[in-house]
Amino acid sequence: MPINHPNLHLTQLAGAIPAWSGKIKPDDLQPICRNVHDGGGRLVALWGSDDREQGNGYALHIALVNEAGLICLSVPLPAGQPAYPDISSIFPVANRMQRAAYDLLGIYAHEGRDHRKWLRHGAWHGGSFPLRKDFDPAPSRTDDADSYPFVQVEGQGVHEIAVGPVHAGTIEPGHFRFSVVGEKMLRLEERFGYTHKGIEKRFESMSLQQGEKLAGRVSGDSTVAYAWAYAMAAESIAAVTPPDRALWLRALFLERERIANHLGDLGYLGNDVALSFGFTQFWILKEQVLRNNGALFGHRYLMDSIIPGGVAADLAEPGKRTLFEECSLLEREVRVLRGIYEEHAGVQDRFIGAGRIEPRLAAQLGLCGLAGRASSQAWDTRVQFPCAPYDQLDVQMATYRNGDVAARVIVRFDELFESLRLQREILARLMPGGQLSLPLEKLPALGFGAGMVEGWRGEVLVAIHTDKDGNLARVHPHDPSWQNWPALEHAIMGNIVPDFPLINKSFNLSYSGQDL
Amino acid sequence: MMSSNQALGILLQIYQSLLVVALAPLLTGWVNQCRAWLQNRSGPGVMQPYRTLRKLFHKDAVIAYNASLLFRATPYIRFGCMWLAAAIIPIIAVDLPFSPAADVIALVGVFALARVFIALAAMDIGTAFGTLGARREMLVSFLAEPALLMVFFTASMISHSTQLPRIVEALAQHQFVLYPSLAFAGLAFVIVLLAENARIPVDNPATHLELTMIHEAMILEYSARHLALVEWASSLKLFAYISIGIALFLPYGIAEVGAMAGNWGSALPLAIIALLVKMVLAGAALALLEALLAKMRIFRTPEFLGTAFLLAVLGLLIHFLLGA
Repeated sequence: MPINHPNLHLTQLAGAIPAWSGKIKPDDLQPICRNVHDGGGRLVALWGSDDREQGNGYALHIALVNEAGLICLSVPLPAGQPAYPDISSIFPVANRMQRAAYDLLGIYAHEGRDHRKWLRHGAWHGGSFPLRKDFDPAPSRTDDADSYPFVQVEGQGVHEIAVGPVHAGTIEPGHFRFSVVGEKMLRLEERFGYTHKGIEKRFESMSLQQGEKLAGRVSGDSTVAYAWAYAMAAESIAAVTPPDRALWLRALFLERERIANHLGDLGYLGNDVALSFGFTQFWILKEQVLRNNGALFGHRYLMDSIIPGGVAADLAEPGKRTLFEECSLLEREVRVLRGIYEEHAGVQDRFIGAGRIEPRLAAQLGLCGLAGRASSQAWDTRVQFPCAPYDQLDVQMATYRNGDVAARVIVRFDELFESLRLQREILARLMPGGQLSLPLEKLPALGFGAGMVEGWRGEVLVAIHTDKDGNLARVHPHDPSWQNWPALEHAIMGNIVPDFPLINKSFNLSYSGQDL
Repeated sequence: MMSSNQALGILLQIYQSLLVVALAPLLTGWVNQCRAWLQNRSGPGVMQPYRTLRKLFHKDAVIAYNASLLFRATPYIRFGCMWLAAAIIPIIAVDLPFSPAADVIALVGVFALARVFIALAAMDIGTAFGTLGARREMLVSFLAEPALLMVFFTASMISHSTQLPRIVEALAQHQFVLYPSLAFAGLAFVIVLLAENARIPVDNPATHLELTMIHEAMILEYSARHLALVEWASSLKLFAYISIGIALFLPYGIAEVGAMAGNWGSALPLAIIALLVKMVLAGAALALLEALLAKMRIFRTPEFLGTAFLLAVLGLLIHFLLGA
């Protein structure tokens, strides 16, 4: 059993990764969370559901991970007073998720210290909750001004700089409130929710196949990771295993997504220190990868390539040759560019020491994914819980302990080369012929499944609950940005204002993925 | 009665004034085009700044409701200052009627005047970015100005005059003589040029990251004709700085009004061709320098400009020690 607790009875879920589910009482929530926390585990996701149609009240769901695997716990809550004990004192990262769960569903943490709204701006009234099944979908935009109490920093010479949500560049909207003295940043407070699209509500009226399309659009740069996690969750409920060829192709897509995004980020990081040469060189390479995607798989970003039960795109033998050539090109070029970045005194001066998160703080904050690995947080789903075909690939995890921009750059370089190696190996092992997908039309009634995939940014989790007819009752997509956005607030402390864009870019977190 | 030399001088003065206004955006376009080539991009072409100016002059200006007269007047003042500076620098000929005004100390003052106004205008609206930009601009310029003065003084020592035309005359007569003191001053001048014209590694004219901007942060609130004038003034400033650099360190080929009274028909085209060639080379060199460097952390700027000051002082010392 992954957790030992007298009141906890877990059942193992079918599927590609080691996962368990169980029901607990609200009173057991804190002890179990503390148990997992003390054992080195982390909170991955927190969401709620409206189970009143099944004769229950609401429910809180949390996904925890420790060295054994993924543990999904449900806490039934009474309809009259849907409250649960606060867990943000154990996992600080739960704070925003708890507030979002209130905004969307009206379940709340009592004794919580922070009850400010998170995802709600003015699109619906404070007393109504969109994810409740009896929510009136008629437009109910409020006219009251969107007030949000930012934490004030006081002291001589302290002033605030408000940036966004509209920025000077073409980037996603988010508001950053800096408290500064001169150029030195004392505090940053983030405010998001500007790209809230009601994705979770939209899932409820969708079929399994439509849901796959939507899952692939939660955060466009991680479309493969989301689509795979969604498919993995559905396959876990239906207890089916996709054909071998489909799994190998999925891994190929996921690594190609990682390659494209790492190339793009490395270019952006050069651009942010005004080394435009690096920017254009990396983006020429990224464009090459995207064009190959478009030519071979029908979509530059590989959207809709993965479907429940398999894949929708195939790779013919001539295509393999193209990808082998691409691998050689990238390995050659990136090696040269890495040399330039590492030997450029001006670039290294900007990278080293900027936006540092010490490993201890990273562990406390539950930093995950790429940014976590740059701060000694050795979590990589592909390594720890290798689903097929990663169980045959022996992925090398890249970790560094400096936790600064330079470390996040090195991790990207290392992972880029590792992904290229994996791509070569996948191509070599991908035998011609074989089925691409199994039919998976409908899910069993009242099922629950979870899928977790290591996207380029970190672990992407999708949880699916089905209703009594086997339709999607609740789908929760979780982006690693939930974990890492709060860490950015710590990373910038003591740095100077003009270094913020660089530090922010070194994380490159998703707005859309966490605003939902 | 006006002598023919005086008439020619006035004619040349008018000609040079119009020439710099017309050519300045071309230089900016050329630098941008070179940058694009060095980055493996095709680039928008050298005429792009003119298209931008045309577009901006056709737009309606949007001005913050709390903007004062200072905010509206600043683009004109800045444009006027930069035009004046570019017009009095000996670019195609020395001995122009405005020459006595081209005192290097006055020139530094003209640049400072423009800077004071743009910094005040940036703070006038009261946005965080304007103030941020103005503060940083002052940090950069209070260090750049003394370094620039020291560069000028080194050149003045050789020619025994602070008037640019006299300096140029003195230097241009000693064909291809290497002054060790000027070599140091030249290096210092390049650093000051980068800092004062918002170029990499001090500022990035192409950035969209509002938190990192210096010059761009100050002009964020400007639009349409005001922005056009500010942009044009920036082009003029770059043109003026490169002209000063050429005048001090590569004055060869410049025409002298007195000497070419008889044959100005041949000396003037030669001077213009020499100017264009030097500008093309200087623009390309600037682009190359920018392509190779990354932007430095803003608190490194004092060290960078301190180096410029030190180099200029070294130049001065070497002049005293070697007499050259």
